[in-house]
Amino acid sequence: MEDEKPTVYPYIPNSVPAVKKQMLKEVGAESVDNLFEDIPEKLRLKEKMNLPKPFVSECALRRHVEGILSKNKTCREYLNFLGAGCWQHYVPSVCDEINQRGEFLTAYAGEPYDDHGRFQALFEYASMMGELLDMDVVNVPTYDWFQAAATSIRMASRITGRREVLVSRTVSADKLSKIRDYCKPQIEAKLIDYDPETGQLDLDSLGAKVSSKTAAVYFENPSYLGFIEVNGDEISKVAHDHGAICIVGVDPISLGVLSPPIEYGADIVCGDLQPLGMHMQFGGGHAGFIATRDEEKYVMEYPSRLFGIAPTMVEGEYGFGDVAYERTSFALREEGKEFVGTAAALWGITAGVYLALMGPQGMLEIGKGIMQRSHYAMKEVSKIKGVRCPAFKSPHFKEFVVNFDGTGKAVREINKALLSHKIFGGKDLTKEFPELGNSALYCVTEVHTKADIDKLTEALKEVVG
Amino acid sequence: MKDITEERYVDGKPKLRRFHQARWDEPIIFELSNEGERGILVPEVEEELKGSVGDVLSRIPGKMLRKKRPELPELSQPRVLRHYVRLSQETLGTDLNIDVGQGTCTMKYSPKVNEQIARMPQVAEIHPLQDEETVQGILEIMYKFEQILKEISGMDRFSLQPGGGSAAIYANASIIRAYHESRGEADQRDEIITTIFSHPSNAACARTAGFKVITLYPNEDGYPDIQALSAAVSERTAGLMITNPEDTGIFNPKIEEFVDIVHEAGGLCAYDQANANGILGITRARDAGFDLCQFNLHKTFSAPHGCGGPAAGAIGVADELGKFLPVPVIEFDGSKYRLNYDRPESIGKIRSFYGVVPVVLKAYAWVMSLGAEGLKEVAETAVLNNNYVLKKLLEVPGVSAPYAKGKRRIEQVRYSWEKLAVDTGVHSEEIGLRAADFGVHYWTSHHPWIVPEPCTIEPTESYSKSELDEYVQIIRNVSDEAYKNPELVKTAPHNSTIHRIDHAPLDDPSQWAVTWRAYRKKVKRDKAGE
Amino acid sequence: MVWVGKRRLGLIVNPIAGIGGRVGLKGSDGEDVQRKALEFGALPQSLNRAIQALERMKSIRGEIEIITYPSEMGEDAAVACGFDPIVIGSIQKGKTTSEDTKNAAKEMSSLGVDLLLFAGGDGTARDVYDAVGRAMLVLGIPAGVKMHSAVFAVNPGSAGELAASFLRGIVNSERDAEVMDVDEESLRKGFVSAKLYGFLRIPYQERLVQGAKIPSSAGDKESMNAIACEIVDGMRDDCLYIIGPGTTTRAIMSKLGLSKTLAGVDVVLGRSLVGKDANEAQILKLLEKRSAKIIVTPIGGQGYIFGRGNQQISPEVIKKVGKENIIVVATPEKINSLRGRPFLVDTGDQEVDRMLSGYIRVVSGFNEQIIYKVSH
Repeated sequence: MEDEKPTVYPYIPNSVPAVKKQMLKEVGAESVDNLFEDIPEKLRLKEKMNLPKPFVSECALRRHVEGILSKNKTCREYLNFLGAGCWQHYVPSVCDEINQRGEFLTAYAGEPYDDHGRFQALFEYASMMGELLDMDVVNVPTYDWFQAAATSIRMASRITGRREVLVSRTVSADKLSKIRDYCKPQIEAKLIDYDPETGQLDLDSLGAKVSSKTAAVYFENPSYLGFIEVNGDEISKVAHDHGAICIVGVDPISLGVLSPPIEYGADIVCGDLQPLGMHMQFGGGHAGFIATRDEEKYVMEYPSRLFGIAPTMVEGEYGFGDVAYERTSFALREEGKEFVGTAAALWGITAGVYLALMGPQGMLEIGKGIMQRSHYAMKEVSKIKGVRCPAFKSPHFKEFVVNFDGTGKAVREINKALLSHKIFGGKDLTKEFPELGNSALYCVTEVHTKADIDKLTEALKEVVG
Repeated sequence: MKDITEERYVDGKPKLRRFHQARWDEPIIFELSNEGERGILVPEVEEELKGSVGDVLSRIPGKMLRKKRPELPELSQPRVLRHYVRLSQETLGTDLNIDVGQGTCTMKYSPKVNEQIARMPQVAEIHPLQDEETVQGILEIMYKFEQILKEISGMDRFSLQPGGGSAAIYANASIIRAYHESRGEADQRDEIITTIFSHPSNAACARTAGFKVITLYPNEDGYPDIQALSAAVSERTAGLMITNPEDTGIFNPKIEEFVDIVHEAGGLCAYDQANANGILGITRARDAGFDLCQFNLHKTFSAPHGCGGPAAGAIGVADELGKFLPVPVIEFDGSKYRLNYDRPESIGKIRSFYGVVPVVLKAYAWVMSLGAEGLKEVAETAVLNNNYVLKKLLEVPGVSAPYAKGKRRIEQVRYSWEKLAVDTGVHSEEIGLRAADFGVHYWTSHHPWIVPEPCTIEPTESYSKSELDEYVQIIRNVSDEAYKNPELVKTAPHNSTIHRIDHAPLDDPSQWAVTWRAYRKKVKRDKAGE
Repeated sequence: MVWVGKRRLGLIVNPIAGIGGRVGLKGSDGEDVQRKALEFGALPQSLNRAIQALERMKSIRGEIEIITYPSEMGEDAAVACGFDPIVIGSIQKGKTTSEDTKNAAKEMSSLGVDLLLFAGGDGTARDVYDAVGRAMLVLGIPAGVKMHSAVFAVNPGSAGELAASFLRGIVNSERDAEVMDVDEESLRKGFVSAKLYGFLRIPYQERLVQGAKIPSSAGDKESMNAIACEIVDGMRDDCLYIIGPGTTTRAIMSKLGLSKTLAGVDVVLGRSLVGKDANEAQILKLLEKRSAKIIVTPIGGQGYIFGRGNQQISPEVIKKVGKENIIVVATPEKINSLRGRPFLVDTGDQEVDRMLSGYIRVVSGFNEQIIYKVSH
């Protein structure tokens, strides 16, 4: 012992040998090893773990990690037209300022008396989302849109006692995979076709598949493929006529200009908060929301926490707490309960900050500005020889499918070539939607200038030419 | 008896901290709205571009075009900032308090350097669908972190995709189902065995995945009898999903026998390692025979809890279950990292893309700051701290540590205030509300309350001896107050942002309000809220 | 009579409850025993117990009115805790009988008290039951020697707290709780003869705890419903179901659309009732023709699954049906209330008791089971 100089770790205050010794004495143990006496000898790890040598100083650690990360090319250095579930929007500085505050960043599950601010911030987030969606109940965020969609479907199944869900075939393959895994083995997901010309959900296909077994019809607006699903009214009517619930997945940043889905008959609305103030983070900025009307039968089926406002002993003082905390899902026992765990609350707070900064005018302007840019991009790209854009004859929001069949070049090749122009081309859809041929999904947002779009068009011309 | 939080000195000496939580009386953000104010301006569209596309909104069919503006608040930027900074001050993060009272949550220090790195553009501003060539750095970190977890757990393959601990447990339940499906036994094997002191997500996730749940109860040692497990296993057993040490802090020394019995019956064994902080480098999941395991990167691996996420879960499996892991998996061919989606037997997607990558990055950086010796130091110190607090707390009147009398605990302890409640009528949750007056958290425990009047303390490695002494001193003081002046405790908190909440409306459908608009309609009966 | 304003609490103290315990007599029923106990120097415990309960109600002193019987039957306890009770009725000091308890309960019932708090043991609970049945809400302060009934709070303090919470409107759930009748005479002779005497309505607190991360398990009522679903789903039409007493088993009968003999054993075949409040002989007769399953739930506060209140399901019946055909149902709440104590069996046949001992599967919800220990 005398010869070794034990490391004192900055993150471990009691790694100071003298303190450790004193504490061991207090607990009546000869060595730290004694404290593990209930772990059978056989299960004890005899040798040191074979882990890389650490960088014990903060300076060296930073250098090491940043060194690895420097191999990444960012969307600041490159011009990015990727979307497909993770979108590059501008993140207001105040959003980052608030979500990096240690108080919020390192809080967790305290009582309203410890964490009043956390409760209020999440209540306000839900309230502002409620205004955007025109709905009265919004959850504390779940993991992402995938989870929000899957949970919405299970909620609908519990409410209706039915075990089939009809899903628009234009949802992403990954999301469908999540829905299928999460609904297993209770609920079967059947796909509704889309019109190859317009992309619109095929009402005949819907009519043929909907029945008294249908728990819910799920579609998205704007769709995964970027166009606006214009027949929301008809779709929800078919669902309701068969006693099914209408679930709409929505990109919240579109709601300054697009109707909130409740306007065209949605009963449950879900989606992702990432566009509202979260950096892309390689897919790490997602958070899922679920919203409904304030009806007991819906509220009681949320697995997520719901924060409500309540009076305190002092008149005029706001308090907060969990609404219907003892929620159970025994009403329709077959579907069982779901679970709730640590998900993405900080992104909920951030989305609240975003909406507070944007206000009604900001949401209108950003929606309109995105549409202007994406329509300009579609117009310009469509001028390129052999390129069909948008692939669907429908109104679009921020994303659109570009078909390259006429160029004789594969999307993969085109995207590789675009890299040398420092451009990330749209998502390759050839595996996900083979029927669309050689197509890619492009995304244009408020971060793009006319010059950026022109640069894309020029590069594409060169690449496919 | 005086409320000592009102006095700086008692008997001429500073006693406990005179904490008072921030109280800003900040209105609900809608109440701050001033018509016309703007918090941020969105980038302008070039006139030329506008001219080129014309009136885009006219392309939206009438019924799909939003008619009524959303009634969001209208605020200037500094007012928004002040509002949220004030709310943040009314929130007790780990950065502020001796956060040992939220047992099972592993409220350790989240190093600032890791947070700063995670916010660099090389992490924040990369799109998940970028060409693999352009994201080699982040893939390298994810791949290397998987190698680290393999060594820590002894498992063969990892996925970092789940968005949190519960999502990871669910993914493991899905893999168990896929395994039995692949053997044509899914219909027959529909029972998952767990224990009452395992984290409740084990039961909840198994049930969500369609299994029946069989729960074992502990004997006086704090873990179930072998005979109880023997009575539970059968040809219907799909698997065992268990925490160890359980939420009592007691390590089940017969864990290997448990695993053997379940294997014998044809089931798989999944190890919920939410409580791994005390066993890093001490004992490993695979060595006890487990087939699957899961870590919570926002707990054990230091990533901050973010008011309840973003979180991340990592799942590890034995080789033969590798094919069921979520897609994609990260591979390394010696020079390049790539994402492999070609996994026909995979359970599919658990979360969008590849998981909560910035959390993975923070976990990686944390391990790389400590190394193998450092991780063991974490475990040893967390356990030493815990047993130290155990010793000190048991000297406080009214508290006990049920089960396994006189034995050590691993990283946390589930205490019982039953005696205090019988003696004074003060309940565990009331002790917690009074503890809030001194600026510390205190958590009772998950339901069901098998241990009466429970509380769970998990000191982790992040607090000094003197801080632990301070926490114990706070609890001792609350116990003293309960005996001498129970009303003082029963009417707490006295130094909080707010006063006692009337919870009744929260359970009343006619009064509960999850949003401000619902509140205006239902409670304020405000016409404008219609 | 219409009462406006303060909430009213009825208070009955059985002054001789618990008198037998300290001197090793198994209960305090019967004048001889009481005399004997006093001769042995026993002191009544019930006054102290009642005071311990009322101490916990001091904080709502201004909000309630106590209606009670004279001196040792409640007045003394109330006054000792600083209450100013309304005293009704009359007694012979030092010579109270079970009739006094019954009369007091009846009078308080007719005065419309919101809750009747009584200090006593199983015998006192039976007297209250005889007087008012399930017509009013009651709660027992444990003060007797025998506490097999489930109408008692865990300790006097928690009785006071629950009563206070109820009167303040914080608690408003109710449930049926068993009143047991263990014959003291036979108990003193060394054997137990217990039956389920009836059910009283008690207030019931489902704890709401804010701040935890996971919603707690379902409430008792939801659990019972879930158990009933699980059992009814698995029922076979050609199998006889011998259904023991209790509220959990009653939920199963309700799901079948049948009425349950709450304190007795009913037999079901093909989802219809073939034996109502059946005795052992009737059950054995029904068993001649068919295979059967027994559905039981732990009775009372002590966790007996056989031998208390369901003796009709005799050792012979159990042997005939077979251990593998016994289905135990219990809500997680009920199991947790046992605080780790095992289920008990006391069928009167040691061989059967041994056979039943070990670990048993308990249906505790839909798709949920618990493995629990059985001892004899």
